[in-house]
Amino acid sequence: MSVSQVALEFPLLRGRRIRTRIGWVLSILAFVLVAAPLLDILILVTARGISAISPELFLAPTNGISGGLLNAIVGTFVLSGGALIIGVPIGVGGGIYLAEFGTGSFGAVVRFLSDVLTGIPSIVLGYFSYITMVIWLGWQFSALAGAITLALMVVPYMARLTELSLRQVPLSLREAGYALGAPDRKVIFRIVLPPALPGVLTGALLALAISVGETAPLIYTAGWSNYVWNGKLTHEPIGYLTYVIWSFINQPFASAHALAFAAAFLVVLVVLVINVTARTLLFARTA
Amino acid sequence: MRTSPFRIGLVGLAGIIPGMLVAVVLFLAIYSWPAIHFNGIGFLFRETWNLGNLYADPVTRRGVQVPIGAQYGILVFIVGTLATSAIALLIAVPVSLGVAIFLAEGAPPRLRPTLSLIVELLAVVPSVVYGLWGVAVLVPLIAHYIAPALDDVLGFIPFFAGGSPTGFGLLSSSLVLTLMVVPIITATVYSALLQVPRPDKEAAYALGAMKFEVAVRAMLPMVRGSIVGAIILGLGRALGETMAVLMVSGGAINHLPGTITSPISTMASFIVSQLDSAEQDPTGMAVRSLAEIALVLFIITVIVNVIARLITRGLHVGLTSRA
Repeated sequence: MSVSQVALEFPLLRGRRIRTRIGWVLSILAFVLVAAPLLDILILVTARGISAISPELFLAPTNGISGGLLNAIVGTFVLSGGALIIGVPIGVGGGIYLAEFGTGSFGAVVRFLSDVLTGIPSIVLGYFSYITMVIWLGWQFSALAGAITLALMVVPYMARLTELSLRQVPLSLREAGYALGAPDRKVIFRIVLPPALPGVLTGALLALAISVGETAPLIYTAGWSNYVWNGKLTHEPIGYLTYVIWSFINQPFASAHALAFAAAFLVVLVVLVINVTARTLLFARTA
Repeated sequence: MRTSPFRIGLVGLAGIIPGMLVAVVLFLAIYSWPAIHFNGIGFLFRETWNLGNLYADPVTRRGVQVPIGAQYGILVFIVGTLATSAIALLIAVPVSLGVAIFLAEGAPPRLRPTLSLIVELLAVVPSVVYGLWGVAVLVPLIAHYIAPALDDVLGFIPFFAGGSPTGFGLLSSSLVLTLMVVPIITATVYSALLQVPRPDKEAAYALGAMKFEVAVRAMLPMVRGSIVGAIILGLGRALGETMAVLMVSGGAINHLPGTITSPISTMASFIVSQLDSAEQDPTGMAVRSLAEIALVLFIITVIVNVIARLITRGLHVGLTSRA
């Protein structure tokens, strides 16, 4: 008895077959509905961004609503680099604690709160930095205030990713180290950390992608500047690429729009390259 | 336990994380205290946000110096935040479940890593780039096609009537949020579906269920907990989303949204949009009231995230929790 005969003899079954077919079509449609905007974003930003790219973009700072993006590119480097310099050691240290000694209640609290912290809106962290560093400490809009704010976002993320990679190192390696009489520090830095290093570095790269794409907290901490960073950590605002995207798209001038799309192209390029390589590497390692 | 300096150092580094949370709530509360005192509970229920006359001499009301006529109420922004998040979740939940089922059961196994990477990438596109796309593509689309079509089809319901002259507003904000929430819910549900034990699936097949029926009737109910947790996690993201909403929301003040295309502001987007005007206030009360908004938003998102994490704890380890 073939399938169609079954369907003839059991009309109920035919209804089910039609319903499941509709179900699959809808689920594929759902995927297309979310994949299409991503594709459109990438096409839009690439097409309009590449057409706006010129040598001037990398050589000249912004001048009002035209010029280049040198100040913003340098600023994004400084802010994100600063965030990593501050955030990665703290995050990795926290992650080492969670993985190696965090079995007690303090570890559980830290683990839980770091997950909660990643869910706090970045603008709230930005406002916290604004009232503490920009106003209270009197740093004004500055590179250091911006970098510390980004570091606040990076730390819980780094801690959890470090913990994850350390936990994949077999327990027997640690036991072997301790059995030889090695102290904590040696076991961790010489035995546990080296095999986990690719995972930790991947985490740092993903953290870099987060900082490069962040905007809202920087508006309240880094400000904006048309000039290339002069090396001052405080009392001097600093430019960054995401500000150009947000602010220049609202200007009614073609030169401003071109800069906004060029900045968006650079940001998306960095974020996507980092994420695609990190995720395919992670997948290759864990699969 | 031996306490070497090394271990104490690690505890210190780990302690920075809870310390940060405490510091954020403490400083926001201390700084906004005069505003909390001045605004009272009515802060949450008043529609008017008025900085007052910034050029006249400030007056003393309720024991604090404020500009004449100053009044701070955030009902409009609370409604904007809740409305955008609710509409976004209304669309995102069925879509995410569809995508998760497609990825876990429908898609050919060879394509799975690539397809799930596409969904994950949605979560890492920076918020401000979504805003840019919203301004360049989504807003014109809504103004010229979607809003008029909604007016034609559902126009008899006042909420959908009127079309949209600009395209900036509730609908565009909600749709942008939808795109940002879908990857969060999808990733959680997808990884939960992958963990459904094989024997359970086979039991459903043995009862004569078809593949799609197994996914919907047997597997989805089994991962109920993950779905609820994922939705609340997505809610947390939607409530706090700032730049994309700011760019496509139309930035309403003192005006509650009446239709799906009304301009709105959310708490997060309003904070950013107000920086310049608030800094003009010589009494600083406007900046303190913005801190009070940040505090309210902090408390709401902490509650939402704590609930979400309690539900999903141990269910999955997410890479896409931020980004």
